[in-house]
Amino acid sequence: MSALLEIQDLQTHFQSDMGTVKAVDGVSYDVEAGETLAVVGESGCGKSVTALSVMRLIPNPPGRIVGGQVLYKGRDLLTLSNDEMRKVRGQEIGMIFQEPMTSLNPVLSIGKQLMEPLTEEMGMTKQQARERAIELLASVEIPDPARRLNQYPHHFSGGMRQRVMIAMALSCDPSVLIADEPTTALDVTVQAQILELMKQLTKQRGVALVIITHNLGVVARYADRVNVMYAGRVVERSSARAVYGDPRHPYTLGLMRSVPRLDHPITEDLEQIDGQPPNLAALGQGCAFQERCRFAIDKCAEERPELIEALPDHYSACFVATELGTTPTNQSQASTS
Amino acid sequence: MTSSSSEVTTNANGQENLLEVRDLQMHFPVTSGLVFQKTVGLVKAVDGVSFSIAKGETLGLVGESGCGKTTLGHCVLRFNKPTAGQIHYKGEDLTKASGRRLRELRKDIQMIFQDPYSSLNPRMTAGQIIGEPLTIHGLAKGRTDERIAEILTLVGLSPEMASRYPHEFSGGQRQRIGIGRALAVDPSFIVCDEAVSALDVSIQAQIINLLKDLQRKLELTYLFIAHDLAVVRHVADRIAVMYLGHIVELAPRDPIYDEPLHPYTKALLAAVPVPDPEVEMKREHVIIKGEVPSPLNPPSGCVFHPRCPIADEKCTQTIPELREVRPGHWAACLKV
Ligand SMILES: Nc1ncnc2c1ncn2[C@@H]1O[C@H](COP(=O)(O)OP(=O)(O)OP(=O)(O)O)[C@@H](O)[C@H]1O
Ligand SMILES: Nc1ncnc2c1ncn2[C@@H]1O[C@H](COP(=O)(O)OP(=O)(O)OP(=O)(O)O)[C@@H](O)[C@H]1O
Ligand SMILES: [Mg+2]
Ligand SMILES: [Mg+2]
Repeated sequence: MSALLEIQDLQTHFQSDMGTVKAVDGVSYDVEAGETLAVVGESGCGKSVTALSVMRLIPNPPGRIVGGQVLYKGRDLLTLSNDEMRKVRGQEIGMIFQEPMTSLNPVLSIGKQLMEPLTEEMGMTKQQARERAIELLASVEIPDPARRLNQYPHHFSGGMRQRVMIAMALSCDPSVLIADEPTTALDVTVQAQILELMKQLTKQRGVALVIITHNLGVVARYADRVNVMYAGRVVERSSARAVYGDPRHPYTLGLMRSVPRLDHPITEDLEQIDGQPPNLAALGQGCAFQERCRFAIDKCAEERPELIEALPDHYSACFVATELGTTPTNQSQASTS
Repeated sequence: MTSSSSEVTTNANGQENLLEVRDLQMHFPVTSGLVFQKTVGLVKAVDGVSFSIAKGETLGLVGESGCGKTTLGHCVLRFNKPTAGQIHYKGEDLTKASGRRLRELRKDIQMIFQDPYSSLNPRMTAGQIIGEPLTIHGLAKGRTDERIAEILTLVGLSPEMASRYPHEFSGGQRQRIGIGRALAVDPSFIVCDEAVSALDVSIQAQIINLLKDLQRKLELTYLFIAHDLAVVRHVADRIAVMYLGHIVELAPRDPIYDEPLHPYTKALLAAVPVPDPEVEMKREHVIIKGEVPSPLNPPSGCVFHPRCPIADEKCTQTIPELREVRPGHWAACLKV
């Protein structure tokens, strides 16, 4: 199947006191209809900025998309007029933002917020929009949806607000849904409810789902494919099984080993990745992970590795990617078999 | 010191309890009316909680948002004056301490906060932040700089960093400064409230390892509050699970994770995804319904019954006691 959304060599920079922050520095990824793609990586590595660039919602100044393409059904979104882009947002690509409180308007009823795009963008009558809004709230399993329509965001719990956000993002029947940390602020039991719901709704409608998260467990449970980002770049990409079972980038490898797991025996100390994430305004010419990397060779300080196919359908931006497989990466094999 | 309330208890293994909390209640009045404030309800944030922590032990405290973890921690730190109950620290009832004695005790019980960004004063250098509690408690007089350098090294930073401001540090480094501030006055007991929750996975492991290392070196006792069950499993010796102001299960680490008794503990564990697609594919995803109800209007009987998969009529009426179901393994459920 061909990609529905394809990001190619995207570059988004911010001007700051410390110089140019290369928040997104040549990111490429694509997503197909009906699949769930995860984007993971440390705080500040450019996950949100990539998504906001796709939606053309980068505040300018200080930010600017300086290069690359965002192809949606073959059309480059970066070349669209503002009017055309407004139609894409919502009707083609829906987004759930990282901060649910800031994306719902506190002074408008839930009903008003749900109905507005339906009447304005989809050309529905008030009555039609109301019926559709009730349907949408029911589809995200909010009890008593007709009465709930007249209530305000503060009447809803965190989990319920996130359900409303999903309803809104799906209201104009988009083909792609980008969910930026959709459950980070929620309790685990509610997080599981929301993710099941998103997965089920997107499957039913054949919507491509992009989940941005730092939770490796969430990725393992829900994603088909994974992009691992570090310092504004994708450093590893493959199926979720391959990335977890046989990581080919030292950063991914470190991540997998440093996360405490409920299904592993307890070790005295966790394996840790030493050092700190790099300053995006002062990236050198070499690999951005090089200073924290246990496998670094001389070349890593001089040249930045490109994302290449290290194994079939398994991409890594590391000079020693093919050798990594020989290190014992996978304790899970031992404990689960 | 008042000797009348002085009483140090021991746990089942004969170890001395550093902290013993009995029937603790923290109820917040909810008021309405602008001029004549009327109490219209009570938030029973902590509602009859008992537990103890032995010297050198780590007690993990888990539970979903709003269940009362922070409130409980704040009672132990005496940021809150509890509505009822006792908190014996080294045998002395903290709830009765005041004035100078309270200040002395506060030195011995420190706290590490969740948010490394907002918990550090942006206008103070790392050195000043770590030095402040020393000044407040009149410690390390004449050798403050030396002590600051010592602490910076202890938490894995370098002494030269003393002159830098918080914004010049990464999130993980800021959390190290927060830990340094807590350690500066040489406390015995530390309340860690979501101390690693805001950190990236790769940094989280560094800080968890640091906290464990410091515990060994300095013989610290921790109350480790967190909502991440996998993290708590790595640091805690025993674990208390809270729900709506109550402890619903309390046991040593392995029994909690391997043989949980309370349906809520089971639900929590089932909801945590394991970072391994192979494991997740084989795992059954049991998801409990609903959300935590408002503590203003808690359910009758067992507070968990509306979400409980095994609750029956009796659970809607009878409040279950926390009882010792097996040696050292406590649960508050009518059905176990
Ligand atoms: N408005 C802005 N002005 C300046 N820099 C910005 C702005 N927005 C983002 N950045 C920078 O861009 C980089 C990438 O940020 P982004 O929000 O994409 O990170 P992220 O991967 O989503 O992190 P998180 O997991 O914390 O959400 C960061 O270093 C950030 O400081
Ligand atoms: N000063 C206060 N006045 C009134 N209610 C309060 C006060 N402090 C806390 N509460 C309430 O007490 C309950 C317990 O809150 P607490 O902050 O202890 O929960 P928590 O378990 O720490 O949650 P989280 O995981 O979100 O940090 C909540 O319902 C909260 O709204
Ligand atoms: Mg983000
Ligand atoms: Mg709290």
